[in-house]
Amino acid sequence: MSFITGVGLTPFGKHEGSSSLDLMSKAAQAALDDAGLKRAEIDGVLCGYSTVSSHIMLATVFAEHFGIRPSYAHAVQVGGATGLAMTMLAHHLVEAGVARNVLVVGGENRLTGQSRDASIQALAQVGHPDYEVPLGPTIPAYYGLVANRYMHEYGVTEEDLAEFAVLMRAHACSHPGAQFHDPITVSDVMASKPVAMPLKLLDCCPVSDGGAAFVISRERTREAGVRIRGCAQAHTHQHVTAAPTLSELGAEISAARASEATGLAISDVRYAAIYDSFTITLAMLLEDLGLAARGEAAARVRAGHFSRDGAIPLNTHGGLLSYGHCGVGGAMAHLVEAHLQMTGRAANRQVGDASIALLHGDGGVLSSHVTMFLERVR
Amino acid sequence: MSERLVDWTRGEQAITFQTCSACGQVQYFRRAFCAACGASDPREQRASGKGRVYATSLVCRAATPETRTHVPYNILLVDCAEGFRMMAHGENDLAIGDEVDASFKPFAGRLVPFFVKRK
Repeated sequence: MSFITGVGLTPFGKHEGSSSLDLMSKAAQAALDDAGLKRAEIDGVLCGYSTVSSHIMLATVFAEHFGIRPSYAHAVQVGGATGLAMTMLAHHLVEAGVARNVLVVGGENRLTGQSRDASIQALAQVGHPDYEVPLGPTIPAYYGLVANRYMHEYGVTEEDLAEFAVLMRAHACSHPGAQFHDPITVSDVMASKPVAMPLKLLDCCPVSDGGAAFVISRERTREAGVRIRGCAQAHTHQHVTAAPTLSELGAEISAARASEATGLAISDVRYAAIYDSFTITLAMLLEDLGLAARGEAAARVRAGHFSRDGAIPLNTHGGLLSYGHCGVGGAMAHLVEAHLQMTGRAANRQVGDASIALLHGDGGVLSSHVTMFLERVR
Repeated sequence: MSERLVDWTRGEQAITFQTCSACGQVQYFRRAFCAACGASDPREQRASGKGRVYATSLVCRAATPETRTHVPYNILLVDCAEGFRMMAHGENDLAIGDEVDASFKPFAGRLVPFFVKRK
C-alpha cells in the first residue's frame, strides 16, 4: 500500500531568473511541508528531465542541491507520462519496502530559459531522426496528423475540439497559479492562428516555467489520506508513423490493466485528471478511457459533464492547456489538483465528491501511457 | 547482409522498404532484422511510390529558420501500396483517402518525398 502524503506546485508562467533546479526545489519544499516531513526522512528521489538543463544524472544533481542523501535515486524519462510513471515507480518502491518516503519532482524554466523555437525544436526530436525529423514536423504536427484522422473516423469537428480549450480556460480562471486567466470562447479558438492544422494556437498548450512535486509514502502522515489504489502502463510505439490504428492505442490498454489491478471500473470514477497537451489529446483520451463514447466527448463538455459541478469534474486547475506546461511538472499539476480535491483543500474550485480519481498521462505521440486510480481514505 | 539500397534519407530519389523473408512482415524504418519476428537480413526493395493518404497536417508554424521559409507545408502519413506507412510532404489540398504518387522536392537543404494527387 502507498499514500500520496504531500503535494507541492508553483504557479506556472514566467519565473524570470529561476533555474530548473530552483523550480524543482520550490515545489519539493512545498511537498515536504505538506507531508509534514523533513529532508532526512526522504530516502528515495525520482525526478524527470529538463530540456533547458539536461544532465545524465539529474536526480543526484537535484538531491545534492536540495540537501538529501537518498538510498534510492534516478531520473525517469517518458515524455508527458513521466510524472505518473515516476509515481507508479514510487508506489512499487514503497510497496516493496525499498523506500519509506519517495520524493517525486519535476520542474523546468522552459519558457524563460530558452527561446520558444528552441523548446519546440527540442520536443520535435521525439520524431524519427531519419524518417520524420528531416520533414520539419513539430509536436503540433504529429498531433495534427492524429487529429485529422480521428476527426475523419469519428465525425469530430474543429468546433468540438475547441470546447476542450474553452473548458480548461474556464477552470484556469479560478486558479491563481494558472498561466492564463482570460476567458475564451469557441470562436476565439477557431479564430486563433493556425499552427499545424487542424490545430490552432488555442488548441495547443503553452510553454511555461514551473515545478511540481509529491511525496509517496508507506504510511499516512495526516488524517485525510490519498491512497494509490493501483496503476498500469502501455507502450505501443514511439513514432507516429509506427502507431497502431486509432482503435488500438495504448490508453485503452493501460486503462484496462489498471482496472484489473485495482478492481475499479470507469463507472467508479468521481474526478478525472487527464493529459491535455492539445485539445485532440484530451478528446481522444477521454474517449479511449471510456469517460465518453467515441466522438461524444465534446457533447459531454457542452452538457457540463466535465465542469466543476458536473458528474466527472476534469482538470479543475486548467490542465496543460491553461494552467500551463513546464515539461515534466506540467502533467504533475494534474495530480496535485486531484490531491487537493480529494483532501477537500481546493478552495473555490472544490468539487462535491472526489473520492475516486482517475489519472492518465501520455508521452510522445500517444506512445506511452500510464493510468492510475487514487482513492481517498479517512 | 544484402546490399543497402540508397533512399531519400541519403539524398537519392527513392523510397525503400524491407520485407522479412521468414514471416513476410513489411517494415519502413530500416533495420538489420525483422521487428516482428527477429529474423535477420530482411529483403530490401524500392517502393512504387503509389499510396493513399492516411492523414494530413498543414504546418503553418515552423520551429527553425530553414523550415520557416517553406510554410505552409503539408505533412502526410501515406499508406503505401506495398503495405507500409510513411511520413512525407504533399500538395496542400490533399485529403484523407486520396490516391497519390511520390515525387521528390528540396526542403530545408534536403531532398524529401512529396506526394501529388494521382491524375
